[in-house]
Amino acid sequence: MASFKSASQESAAKRIGSFLAKLVKHQIFIPIAALLILVIFNLIADPSFFAISLDQNSLGNPVFSGYLITILDNASELVILAIGMTLVTAASGGQDISVGSAIAISGSVMLRVLCGTNSRPEVLQAPIIVAFLVCCVVAMLFGAFNGTLVAIFKIQPMVATLILFTAGRSVAAWINKNELPIISDASFGYYGNFIPGIPIPTPIFIAVACMILIALVLKFTNLGLYTQSVGINANSSRLNGIDPALIKFITFVILGLCVAVAGFIKVSRFSTINYSVIAKDIEMDAILAVALGGNALNGGKFNMGASILGAYVIQFLTTTLYKFNVVSSALPAYKAVVVIILVVLSAPIVRDKITETWKKLAPVKIAKEAS
Amino acid sequence: MKKYLALVLALCMVFALCACGQKAAPEASKDATAASVEPAAELIKVGIINNDPNESGYRTANDKDMKATFTKESGYEASFAYSLKNDEQIAAAQKFIQDEVDYLLISAAGTSGWDSVLKDAQAAGIRVILFDRTIDADESLYEASIVSDMALEGKTAVDWLASQNLETYNVIHIQGVMGSSAQIGRTGALDEMVAANDKWKLVTQQTAEWNAETAQQIVQAVIDSGKEFNVIYAENDDMAKGAVAALDKANISHGVGKDVIVIGFDCNKWALEELLAGNWNYDGQCNPFQAAYIDTIIKDLEKGTAPAKKVVIMQEKGFDASTITQEDVDKYGI
Repeated sequence: MASFKSASQESAAKRIGSFLAKLVKHQIFIPIAALLILVIFNLIADPSFFAISLDQNSLGNPVFSGYLITILDNASELVILAIGMTLVTAASGGQDISVGSAIAISGSVMLRVLCGTNSRPEVLQAPIIVAFLVCCVVAMLFGAFNGTLVAIFKIQPMVATLILFTAGRSVAAWINKNELPIISDASFGYYGNFIPGIPIPTPIFIAVACMILIALVLKFTNLGLYTQSVGINANSSRLNGIDPALIKFITFVILGLCVAVAGFIKVSRFSTINYSVIAKDIEMDAILAVALGGNALNGGKFNMGASILGAYVIQFLTTTLYKFNVVSSALPAYKAVVVIILVVLSAPIVRDKITETWKKLAPVKIAKEAS
Repeated sequence: MKKYLALVLALCMVFALCACGQKAAPEASKDATAASVEPAAELIKVGIINNDPNESGYRTANDKDMKATFTKESGYEASFAYSLKNDEQIAAAQKFIQDEVDYLLISAAGTSGWDSVLKDAQAAGIRVILFDRTIDADESLYEASIVSDMALEGKTAVDWLASQNLETYNVIHIQGVMGSSAQIGRTGALDEMVAANDKWKLVTQQTAEWNAETAQQIVQAVIDSGKEFNVIYAENDDMAKGAVAALDKANISHGVGKDVIVIGFDCNKWALEELLAGNWNYDGQCNPFQAAYIDTIIKDLEKGTAPAKKVVIMQEKGFDASTITQEDVDKYGI
């Protein structure tokens, strides 16, 4: 191995080869490549795909519209969840499958606080910020519940979160006494749609704010380092003075916070809730985003940027499929095929193989050009 | 040390068992007294097996209607069991048979697997009435089945749409969960019309799985592509709402006398209010109020007359925004 490396430094051709190999091997390569393939595919099929126009909505406010805006807008919740899911995956080596149900609960709590006892209030019964804070606390409590099961009772994360996955939507319905509250105050809808006068959908701002926040946290705290070391080897991290249980617990609480924000956007989009379908199957998409980002699903090292890109790839794919009007009964099959390809490509074994082929091919190609 | 620990744990278990035993005992005696009091009232005992009321607004309305009809005042002693799973429902049915109910009312989660339990019921002299959903079992095993005809609901809506005499019909069709009876019935009617008529075209046909947000994304994708459309046919109210949100965002007018006709199903109260305000055009009813039908059948059976038809199809309305009244909203909104 060492001799091979020193040999590669000798010739320029081999250096380029190893650069390409490194690029392929880099974790963020797969989501970027997937995004590029989708972009090129859409550009060829319909060059107007990326056109953005400034229109007015029915209230006369300016709004940007176009596929790109739609994708960025609709991916927001998934991006926010992917952030939390990446941390949970890295620290605990498992996934939280209860985020969809937890969104139903947090959304329900939010509406309950805003509506009070009447399910269709004329005026809001509490300021939105208060409702949001209550919803954050509740979602973090449920996150803490999952975290306790995983960190202290050492239950497999998928099994531990199965409890909330099963019960969550009933709990959500129970919080609002089985009624479907509708909020008529327009200002509540701003957070899931547009703030009057600002043409960019609000969820995009919220998602960007979450990204900046997590970037700052990872940069200025040890959270990233600690979660990765706990995920790689819990015992040796304990010997080094990190409490694995505490770190796992914290990641679940952070995911709870992400759930609260995503739930807020979800209920704000329509100013109402439907317990059985809100954020349905979003947990699978969130896990997929982490997997597409090339993160090991059994814990350890992670790349936050790659997960976030993975989330955008999933929404890009969904919108592309809608655009091409795929027959609805075949839609899951199309999605499955693309997902299989992406996940197989991001598997370390395949990537190593690709890296090797690059290394072998590149010198040959350049040698040919020279002659 | 380990032995002590084992001893302590064993003691804990014994205490826990004792605690369970003590708790269980008074409950059992309470049940016994309850059972000895009830028969004196000579009520008709009905066991009602339903889907989870949280499933949808339809189910909530259905459950409320059942509870309001089968009361002590109207001569019934009703017990309820809820589950979205077939095997749990069958277990509940077996329990009701053991409890010797007079009637078993079932809204089955799945269509198969009911034969043996229905035979048990027949052997025990318990009469079975199916509501809302049919099952694959011999007709002799139940007295009546009260159902909605989803295909007819679809046809009523499509016929109404045809009566609007548009020059062309460019329809965005948003489907429910594929394979559900509501989806099959409501899709079938529209598909037939589109196949038979050149004026009718499907701009897109996608499933939003009853989800408002997915419906919004589908309609948004059509708007972004710049295709022309003038009808939205959504197979339930939630999805129609999602579609309308996309229209509002793009400043496309909808409703009575506007650019796009909006059709929904299920008659949620808020949806009928949209109709009343003229924002939507049509809403097809899926009648959740089977209790009155069942009540009549049971009263007849008690007198000794069997229902004329095994399969009773409920009357279902379709509401047009130009003729709907506040009374309709209050009466039929769920």
